[in-house]
Amino acid sequence: MPDLLAIDNLRAGYGQAVVLPEMTLGLVEGQVLALLGRNGTGKTTLINSIVGVTRRFSGSIRLGGKDITALRPDQRARAGIGWVPQERNIFRSLTVEENMTAVAQPGPWTVDKVYEMFPRLEERRRNFGNQLSGGEQQMLAIGRALTLNPQVLLLDEPTEGLAPIIVEELLAALGKITRAGGICSIVVEQNAQKILGLADRVVILERGAIVHDAPSQALKADPATLERFLGVSGGAAEH
Amino acid sequence: MASMPDMSEHATRAARWRPAEIVFWLALLACGFLFPSRYLIMTEILRLGLFALSLDLILGYAGIVSLGHAAFFGVGAYSAGLIALHGFIPEPVLALIAAGLIAAVLGFFTSFLVIRGVDLTRLMVTLGIALLLEALAEKFSDITGGTDGLQGIVIQPIFGLFAFDIFGKVGFFYNLAVLFVLFLLARCIVHSPFGLSLRAIRNNPLRASAIGIPVNRRLIAIYTLAAFYAGVAGAVFTQTTALASLDVFSFERSADLMLVLVLGGTGYLYGGLIGAVVFKVLQDVFSSITPQYWMFWIGLVFVVVVMIGRERLHRWVMWLPHRVVQQFGRKASAAVSGGDAS
Repeated sequence: MPDLLAIDNLRAGYGQAVVLPEMTLGLVEGQVLALLGRNGTGKTTLINSIVGVTRRFSGSIRLGGKDITALRPDQRARAGIGWVPQERNIFRSLTVEENMTAVAQPGPWTVDKVYEMFPRLEERRRNFGNQLSGGEQQMLAIGRALTLNPQVLLLDEPTEGLAPIIVEELLAALGKITRAGGICSIVVEQNAQKILGLADRVVILERGAIVHDAPSQALKADPATLERFLGVSGGAAEH
Repeated sequence: MASMPDMSEHATRAARWRPAEIVFWLALLACGFLFPSRYLIMTEILRLGLFALSLDLILGYAGIVSLGHAAFFGVGAYSAGLIALHGFIPEPVLALIAAGLIAAVLGFFTSFLVIRGVDLTRLMVTLGIALLLEALAEKFSDITGGTDGLQGIVIQPIFGLFAFDIFGKVGFFYNLAVLFVLFLLARCIVHSPFGLSLRAIRNNPLRASAIGIPVNRRLIAIYTLAAFYAGVAGAVFTQTTALASLDVFSFERSADLMLVLVLGGTGYLYGGLIGAVVFKVLQDVFSSITPQYWMFWIGLVFVVVVMIGRERLHRWVMWLPHRVVQQFGRKASAAVSGGDAS
């Protein structure tokens, strides 16, 4: 199967700083990729580069065979890049519903479909963006990305700072969304344990480069690798 | 296309008319019959309201500040004047649309200058464009009449049926009709996904762009539309006063417009209309009490309004209509229960 999203030799960063020296990564349709790594290893920069809000030095990004490297962020979004940024970026002065209808594109994901997925949002449809809890904002950010009917869904630390019960709810919803098909997704996560059940494939970054790329099943059975790159259980086996 | 019906349904729900709005428009219409001696000032209020509506579209919805909105008002005014003077389009409504379109063309081309940069740049660029046009109008006096303005404009009857009268009755209802039609259009636009995306841009352009909103194109579109509105306001001015002079471009006109929106509040369309009523009535009252120092009192009112919080001003104005609706509801239910008792 050809890659739905193909990043080829991408060199990107901010201003003069190169964060990703040479990134090559491909995703096939339906795949859920967990992007792991310690703080400051370039996970968010990679996501932002796919969205198009970083500085690109060289390399290319293709989506469904089409070169989107030269497109502006808004054109990339309409070409099928759905972004759920770390800071959620809810529009404060729009209601829940307006946040979604402002950007919706025709396709299987409608506002009502999103309400089915997140009934809380339907209860809050008339509330303004600044009247939502963190979890509700996250649901709205995901819902808004879905109403764009993207081919690739990029989730940057979707569970960060949320109560455990909300995290459960969100992960269950993400599982449903990715299984619904037609979408491949990249989920950035600090906590590997939370995401291994959801992802098919795990990529670990260190200093802007891929240091490990494996099916998540393999990684589950290989705690030593997780330990080495992420130090998940206290760093006892550092060497 | 499956999602289209559901989206338009959402939009219609958001755009439902509230009782207070209907009361507001009925009150405007009623003024036309209740105060036959005050047509001139009432027409001025409507015109200022339409002009302010135009600024609200870019300021309240897209966050574009402008100190030179009179540029489009002036172009609309002179266009309507020249069209009438040379008899290009005798019918006033068509001439009005043509004048608006000419202003829109100017808006389209200047929008590229305005959408770049931040608020301060925008203030300076818009101000500069208006001053530039004023100077041009003075320079090309063979076309514009220079400082004397356009003389001898005769406006034909509307649709060939309603001739403008000296009391301004036809002018008032003409203004009201134009305002209402353009208001309806603006209302549809701001409740559409296009309008929502403008508000998203106003919140944060970078975020808006990252979720698929073409920021610059949207800003160009709304700026062009606002220029059309301002041009129509200018054209109505020329048509109802049979006059177009250099002051249509003046800085005071742009600055007053900002004050009107500050008074009425931005981002809900009625701000410009309510602000125009308050502004003109205050001006009228103060200048009849103290013909020399009325500017002092107007200035004082502005300072007080801004200190108290201008967002709440429309709530003061809507307080009475709300009370009327409440009272009416209570009376109606009382009448029903009274009927049961007897």
